[in-house]
Amino acid sequence: MTTVHIPFLQTGSLAVGGRLLSEDERSVQSHTDRPSSLTKGHRACQGCAEALAARWVMDTAVEASGGRLIVANATGCLEVFSTLYPESAWKPPWIHSVFANAAAVATGIASSLHAQGKDDIRVLAQGGDGGTVDIGLAAVSGMFERNDDVLYVCYDNQGYMNTGVQRSSATPAAARTATTPAVGRAPGQAWGQGKSMVKIAMAHEIPYVASATPADLRDLEAKVRTAMSIHGARYLHVLVPCPVGWGSESRLSIALARAAVQSGIFPVVEARAGELTDVQRIRERVDVTEYLEPQARFAHLFKPGGEDALARWRAVAEANIRRYHLLGGES
Amino acid sequence: MNGHDAPPTVGLSTGPATSLAYHTGTWRTERPVYVDLAPPCSLGCPSGEDIRGWLGSVQEGEPGLEKAWRRLVAANPLPAVMGRICYHPCQTACNRAEVDEEVGINAVERFLGDTAIERGWALPVPAASSGRRVLVVGSGPAGLSAAYHLHQRGHEVVIREAAAEPGGMLRYGIPAYRLPRDVLAAEIRRIEDTGVRIECGAPVTDLRAAEAEFHAVVLTMGAGVAHHVDIPAGAASHMVDAIDVLRDVAEGNAPLVGRRVAVYGGGNTAMDAARTARRLGASDAVVVYRRTREQMPAHPTELEEAVGEGVRVQWLSTIAAVEGPHLTIERMELDEEGRPHGTGEFEELDADTVMLAVGQDADLTLLEGAADISVEGGVVQVDPATLMTGREGVFAAGDVSPGSRTATYAIGRGARAAAAVDAYLASRVLPAEPVEREATASRLNSWYYSDAPKQHRSALEAARRVTGFEEVLSGLDTEHAVFEARRCMSCGSCFECDNCFGMCPDDAITKLGPGMRYEIDYDYCKGCGICAAECPCGAIDMIPEVR
Repeated sequence: MTTVHIPFLQTGSLAVGGRLLSEDERSVQSHTDRPSSLTKGHRACQGCAEALAARWVMDTAVEASGGRLIVANATGCLEVFSTLYPESAWKPPWIHSVFANAAAVATGIASSLHAQGKDDIRVLAQGGDGGTVDIGLAAVSGMFERNDDVLYVCYDNQGYMNTGVQRSSATPAAARTATTPAVGRAPGQAWGQGKSMVKIAMAHEIPYVASATPADLRDLEAKVRTAMSIHGARYLHVLVPCPVGWGSESRLSIALARAAVQSGIFPVVEARAGELTDVQRIRERVDVTEYLEPQARFAHLFKPGGEDALARWRAVAEANIRRYHLLGGES
Repeated sequence: MNGHDAPPTVGLSTGPATSLAYHTGTWRTERPVYVDLAPPCSLGCPSGEDIRGWLGSVQEGEPGLEKAWRRLVAANPLPAVMGRICYHPCQTACNRAEVDEEVGINAVERFLGDTAIERGWALPVPAASSGRRVLVVGSGPAGLSAAYHLHQRGHEVVIREAAAEPGGMLRYGIPAYRLPRDVLAAEIRRIEDTGVRIECGAPVTDLRAAEAEFHAVVLTMGAGVAHHVDIPAGAASHMVDAIDVLRDVAEGNAPLVGRRVAVYGGGNTAMDAARTARRLGASDAVVVYRRTREQMPAHPTELEEAVGEGVRVQWLSTIAAVEGPHLTIERMELDEEGRPHGTGEFEELDADTVMLAVGQDADLTLLEGAADISVEGGVVQVDPATLMTGREGVFAAGDVSPGSRTATYAIGRGARAAAAVDAYLASRVLPAEPVEREATASRLNSWYYSDAPKQHRSALEAARRVTGFEEVLSGLDTEHAVFEARRCMSCGSCFECDNCFGMCPDDAITKLGPGMRYEIDYDYCKGCGICAAECPCGAIDMIPEVR
């Protein structure tokens, strides 16, 4: 991984900062003068991990670009909660067009800047799973295919949350949503559907693809820095727990992201030119129930009849652990 | 925005604005508040040390060491001594045991104590004198602590000690292999250097005379007289008091004990006596104890160390009779209430010497005729809050008074007595000892501590084991001591890890800078509780919002 080595000083690399760390060992988020690109007063729900991850990503990108950053945003929670007319919670220059075209808008901005010889101004596009994996996929894929100089960040909360929690093609199997009720013989989202956006991005063999979660700030910041050091199409996929859509307590947003990684359900990986180059190893392995049980959308897995789905989730985690060597060994 | 270029009015706002205009704090049903809770180590420390505090200074490395020592001696002026002999209830209570292994607090304390001696750090010398004189009777840990704290509060203090050298049970009860005499002497001398006078070979025999000479008296004579039991014994039997053997060894008069030694009793003195017997050449040292391991008053670590040195324990046994080198041992059994009773089954045990370690009593001849000072169960009764005896201006602390008979408890009670005497001399009411909320393990988010490298730990284990065992082995070096201190999780007290600041989705926490911690902006905090959940040390409470 592209992580910096943090010495153990009461806490190690897992905490945001630490009074004993030197300046250059500190995360962007631990600095009093961090950009705070997404300001307070935004209307994200309590415990929204998307709002948190977006600040982390943006602050790191702002620092990496020396403040010369333009952001294009897809429609979605992130756009809705941050820009209720006439207020904006964004500090960097920020534009929203329509649901499907954030990647295309970003491409246009990047091309225009290039034509003007302003290659030092960097472009970031961002959206939720709806704007990326579903509705915006064509534009994203085109941006990848042309290797446009854009960092695209997807905050994956696994559904259309601000419109009332409908399923998306990133909704996990068996999860209950407004459009996949927990009824019938296979309650919730059907098994065998859905897309892995990380694998789709890797298949384009773009310079850099990575996944991350709000459970590891250092890792996320390092990946944004790495991405910002590269020109061409780059993709970062961040899992962001959603208390409203997932039916979880707002205080658990970080804990759920941690459980997703430590159970093997969400692999944290890094790939260059289509080749998997690194994975984050499981540090303290937990059972999938640690991730699933606190979420009301999986409540039926813990009632009579839920055993099969639970077993299938264990198998998913096992497969991830095998495929990505999450417990160690060669990756 | 300036008014002249404002766009047409739409809705409620008059122009482009930032979301700062919208106060999301109104959504909150619970609010996070920073708290400072008492850590289990300090709550478990009878000496009342601010362990989390001084470990926090050690964490800063070399520049923090002296500050750490100063925070330590604010409670306990004998860290090099206690870093060796304390049974460290702090470590037993340490929450870190639930993550990997408790913090080696005792080893770090010893490191600080030894470093202070090595570098000649001096205790603060109090400036002003209150003009009040206090007599402390006895120079054991309770007396030294009381005298030190009284003098720090500006009173003139004299310790009168009956023995030839100061230290009480530290000198005469604890073997040198556990507490080298130069270490003890150095820490006592350092107290004297602050202006406390210690007069040795000066037994106090007249309480009234003492009261005439001093404004207050603190009784800290300890319990140095061996308790006796009746055992039928033949004339040729060699029975001695364990405490006398320890005293003789301490004075350099090693007695002959023979090849086989039986020690009767199950307390720490019995352990010391058995281990000392091994060092005096006994190939066979057997502790005869009438109850079981679970009931043994000796601290488990002392038992382990004794057994590690080849001491055997004969459980559920009493010495029924001694005839020359032949002991008759009666097997015991426990009744439903856990009390031992003889079974009528006997066996033989050979021993050249029998050491009695069945308890110690206080020498209270000084109090004969003082009807207002009540003595129950062999100890001086005191007001539990003020430690004052029934007689005004006369206080008691340590083994001579009720409570745990350990050096650490004696130091804590000595300090309490000093506070009480100070209040008494100023005609003030002594504030009650605060009842603090404990930072329990369930409040911690141990994830953030889990990456302490293991190789350091294994190196420490060996060093920690030597504490109170073999002085030829050294304590921790600076690197290891600092590392060990950094394993402290700072339970219940913010140590500025930035988690709350970095993980607030609403950017509603302000970092105030080194040592100043953080501030929550309640105008924007939505009360999600992530800060509290991800606070490693449990220093944030979520409390219901009242509007």
